[in-house]
Amino acid sequence: MTAPGVRSATATRPLVIENVSKTYHDGRSSVPALDRMNLKVSDREFVCLVGASGCGKTTLLNLIAGIYHLDHGAIDTADRRIGVVFQEPALFPWLTVARNIDLAMRLRGIPPETRARRLDELLRLVHLEGFGGHRPHELSGGMQQRAALARALAQEADLLLMDEPFGSLDAMTRDRLHDELERIWLATDLTILFVTHNVREAVRLGDRVVVLSSRPGRVAAEFAVDIERPRRIDSAPVARLAAEITDRLRQEVRRHGR
Amino acid sequence: MGAEPNSHLDADLRGLDALDTPLVDAAGRAQRLWSAVWPKLLAVAIVLAGWQAVVWSGWRPYVIKPPATVISELGSIMTTARFYEAVSITMQRAALGFLLATVVGSAIGMAVSQSELLRRAIGSIITGLQSMPSIAWFPFAIMMFGLTETAILSVIVLGAAPAIANGLISGVDHIPPILLRVGNVLGARGVAAWRHVVLPAALPAFVSGLKQGWAFAWRSLMAGELLVMIASRPSIGVRLHTAREQADASGLMAMMIVVLLIGILVDSLVFGSAERRIRRNRGLLGGGAKAAIR
Repeated sequence: MTAPGVRSATATRPLVIENVSKTYHDGRSSVPALDRMNLKVSDREFVCLVGASGCGKTTLLNLIAGIYHLDHGAIDTADRRIGVVFQEPALFPWLTVARNIDLAMRLRGIPPETRARRLDELLRLVHLEGFGGHRPHELSGGMQQRAALARALAQEADLLLMDEPFGSLDAMTRDRLHDELERIWLATDLTILFVTHNVREAVRLGDRVVVLSSRPGRVAAEFAVDIERPRRIDSAPVARLAAEITDRLRQEVRRHGR
Repeated sequence: MGAEPNSHLDADLRGLDALDTPLVDAAGRAQRLWSAVWPKLLAVAIVLAGWQAVVWSGWRPYVIKPPATVISELGSIMTTARFYEAVSITMQRAALGFLLATVVGSAIGMAVSQSELLRRAIGSIITGLQSMPSIAWFPFAIMMFGLTETAILSVIVLGAAPAIANGLISGVDHIPPILLRVGNVLGARGVAAWRHVVLPAALPAFVSGLKQGWAFAWRSLMAGELLVMIASRPSIGVRLHTAREQADASGLMAMMIVVLLIGILVDSLVFGSAERRIRRNRGLLGGGAKAAIR
């Protein structure tokens, strides 16, 4: 058995999103959420998606996770196991933190002996040792989100989809969770697709930042982030690149004002 | 990454966690018990005082006996074996009927909450049945089953099952969609989804449904025991009836107190404590709503 978050399979093929379209139908009107979107994410890559409202970020994650069905195109996850962290921690309020994490392993059919050991490892990994017996409501937002991260990792995920996971946290906690997530990512073989509307956060975390256009969503621009890790969100290089990306994002938004 | 930034990270996180963790104030057990008990004692005292006042007014003295008389009558009834025989038969009927109602109501509730067609077909019928006074079923049940236990049980089920089904249906309807999505992402499908996500998430409303179902079951049972009297089956209903026939006013009132007390005890000891436990586990205790309304 491998450490938490470390995949046992040897999938090194990229995650490929090819010509993916998705339209929502609402009675008479129909809204195109994604239109012929193409994206390739390498193994162990950390890719951040930024975009204004209506760029189909969440739709894309739901399609990859298999929650929604595709209209057109193809998504090849290369048989990666997928874990999802949502904007809300969405822990089950009737279970303790430990049992929330344990449930993810149970539903994967992992045997109890292994589960007990991995549970300890996972709690340590997200710095929640000693909080396993707590109920979600007894934890702060940042702690709940770390527990949700542990739950996603507990599924032996090797592709982590994160949908604005730190959006509702205060700045200080968010900075710390960036460090934390980076540390976990470096220590494991995770591939991460991270959706955010915070451009600085994207530059702080990503190997690559992908700018999406809105209505319909498709890739408008890509920026490689060649800044040495560990990065600080308030460092000059991060701010410079973030400004550049923000300008590009504004262009996208302005198209809709005309 | 060196050890230095990591230990900083640990310390920072621990500091933030300590500051952010919601504070829970734990009142002492004795204090909580007292604050739960004194309002009830006060309410009982007010009722007894009002009752005594009516007695002193001299209104219908043959029916309205003084509280002291009724309570001492209750005390002496409670020393007889026949009383416990009656209570035990009544409680067996209540338990069996409620159990059957729970099984039937849960099955219907699960089916309706899963099927849009079924909901359109019988959703409003369930609510209609819930508002139908269960005593209205008895003539039919007696024609069907005669003066038997089956007649009583069937009416208890008819009375209680719709409330239980409705509790489960509304519980399932009000599950936050995000929890269902999480269940889906974690791989909970079919039976596993029901067991690990849907049922626990719907539990608070389901327990409310059970609580309401119990109230309907208890009412149906009392009606049933007054209408369906079975020879050699003493029950609380039979004793109410006998007391009236013999114009034993204080015995009648004593038995009514027993009916009331059993209803309250089951409601608070079984359902009240279950509800409190659920709310405490999920962080819904502590007067949050009351504070917000104020």
